[in-house]
Amino acid sequence: MSANTVRRAQAGTTESAWVRYTLLTVALVFLLLFLVLPLAAVFTEALRKGLGAYLEALQEPDAWSAIKLTLLTAVIAVPLNLVFGIAASWAIAKFDFWGKSFLTTLVDLPFSVSPVVAGLVYVLLFGASGWFGPWLQAHDMKIVFAVPGIVLATVFVTFPFVARELIPLMQAQGNDEEQAAIVLGATGWQTFWHVTLPNIKWGLLYGVILTNARAMGEFGAVSVVSGHIRGQTNTLPLHVEILYNEYQSVAAFAVASLLAILALVTLVIKSVAEWRIERELRSIAEMPPEAPRTDTPAAQLAAAH
Amino acid sequence: MSVARAPSGKAKRVLPGFGLTLGYTVLYLSIIVLVPLSALFLKTFTLSWDQFVDAVTGPRVLASYRLTFGASLLAALVNLVFGLLVAWVLVRYSFPGKKIVDALVDLPFALPTAVAGISLTALLAGNGWLGQYLEPLGIKLAFTPAGVVIALIFIGLPFVVRTVQPVLEDAEKELEEAATSLGATRLQIFTRVILPHIAPALLTGFAMAFARAIGEYGSVIFIAGNMPMVSEITPLIIIGKLEQYDYAGATAVAVVMLTISFILLLLINALQAWQRRQTGATA
Repeated sequence: MSANTVRRAQAGTTESAWVRYTLLTVALVFLLLFLVLPLAAVFTEALRKGLGAYLEALQEPDAWSAIKLTLLTAVIAVPLNLVFGIAASWAIAKFDFWGKSFLTTLVDLPFSVSPVVAGLVYVLLFGASGWFGPWLQAHDMKIVFAVPGIVLATVFVTFPFVARELIPLMQAQGNDEEQAAIVLGATGWQTFWHVTLPNIKWGLLYGVILTNARAMGEFGAVSVVSGHIRGQTNTLPLHVEILYNEYQSVAAFAVASLLAILALVTLVIKSVAEWRIERELRSIAEMPPEAPRTDTPAAQLAAAH
Repeated sequence: MSVARAPSGKAKRVLPGFGLTLGYTVLYLSIIVLVPLSALFLKTFTLSWDQFVDAVTGPRVLASYRLTFGASLLAALVNLVFGLLVAWVLVRYSFPGKKIVDALVDLPFALPTAVAGISLTALLAGNGWLGQYLEPLGIKLAFTPAGVVIALIFIGLPFVVRTVQPVLEDAEKELEEAATSLGATRLQIFTRVILPHIAPALLTGFAMAFARAIGEYGSVIFIAGNMPMVSEITPLIIIGKLEQYDYAGATAVAVVMLTISFILLLLINALQAWQRRQTGATA
């Protein structure tokens, strides 16, 4: 290949330098305006009156009870959706059955439902004039405008995250290792703990961290079911709204900065998990697919069957 | 239904736990999602057809549809163009700090919407970092429908980037090289070779950003100003009706929104199936 053809071939797969720099600049300015500035604004607004005012805003009792309620909500909602995500992805990724793609669509459904609608459905079920309202009142129980409603709405909006991460990952990894373990006499639980879980742990972490971020940050759905009772049913995002509407800008942004820090931590963990998943998937892709090793005991046992 | 499928040529189910996991999945899905959503539809039956139509076509409600759908469409279009650009830059070019930029693209997924809402408002208000330069020029963004579009651009930003990026990474450069050696210009290659390849992913991302924008509440209500007939989004209409104890009216509008969500979800599924066929065909 002459030097000229090489240059032409290169010119065909990339752009001239000025086009490259223009595209890069436009993209980075767009991200600067829409991502970096809003993030930076949270912290500068929070520190507008100095560190003292910032810390003072965070020590307020209402802020504390909001932090506690937010943590409580996440501690209940995340494990519930974690167990569901593992069960759903085991059923969907490991087996073929009738209606599988429909089930997968239904699992995704909460993503496309407006948070406000999600909150509303629980008000219709458990509110004073809802289906179960009279029964709940008769038994002196409260779901809507109380903590259980907040938890339910949070579970709804974070419903698909873990399953969503695990299903494609488990599908890519296939069933070979689990089948070998079962054939060798492992029980279902042993197979899950010692074979599947180590393979999916980074995907699982990724799903959990996204669930957690959304659980702690959900606003719309929780706002509908909470009733905004200060010190009782206020989560962190709702507390931000109250402070903001009362023109307590520094306090609002101070509380918001906690959520922004949570978001940044989420992004860091997510990047690490993504990198590990990629590495593991690459190592699977590099295994010779059509020529399984025949010298391992598992393969010999499998062959004997 | 389980092991009996062996005759179809497939190996019989070796792995345990099918009944347990599928049963739990369906049960949990029903309790958390399906039963509550069906309650929504059943509640609308307490309304007569005329009442339902009145509730979902009041002038204030119609104005909110126009704003919600118009602003969502505009924001999704902006994200279509800039999402493609960001994905392109992240996949094809190298520059310092690329890993950080890549991670930062997901910020709108991780940052609570209320935080995004107050922060964008602070930036664009008359005394904000950007607002102080824009307002003297007569450009008012905060507390106007334009502010709604800006919040929705933020919310939908990652979708197009994250759907297009992997497809662009897998695109075979050989095709582009072949096109060059056949005499195509760079622009021709982009429109005739690259664009058809990424089109399904691009449209999927667009539809996801649009669907997300329609339902968005948290970030919008701070920046919109929420003036009836002007800058009031449909989810806020639902909240307004709820606060006046008009449960039936709130439900009627919610059913309209939910139906649109269903349609968009089916559309996104169809687009993803198209994409799988396309990448499957070229692989």
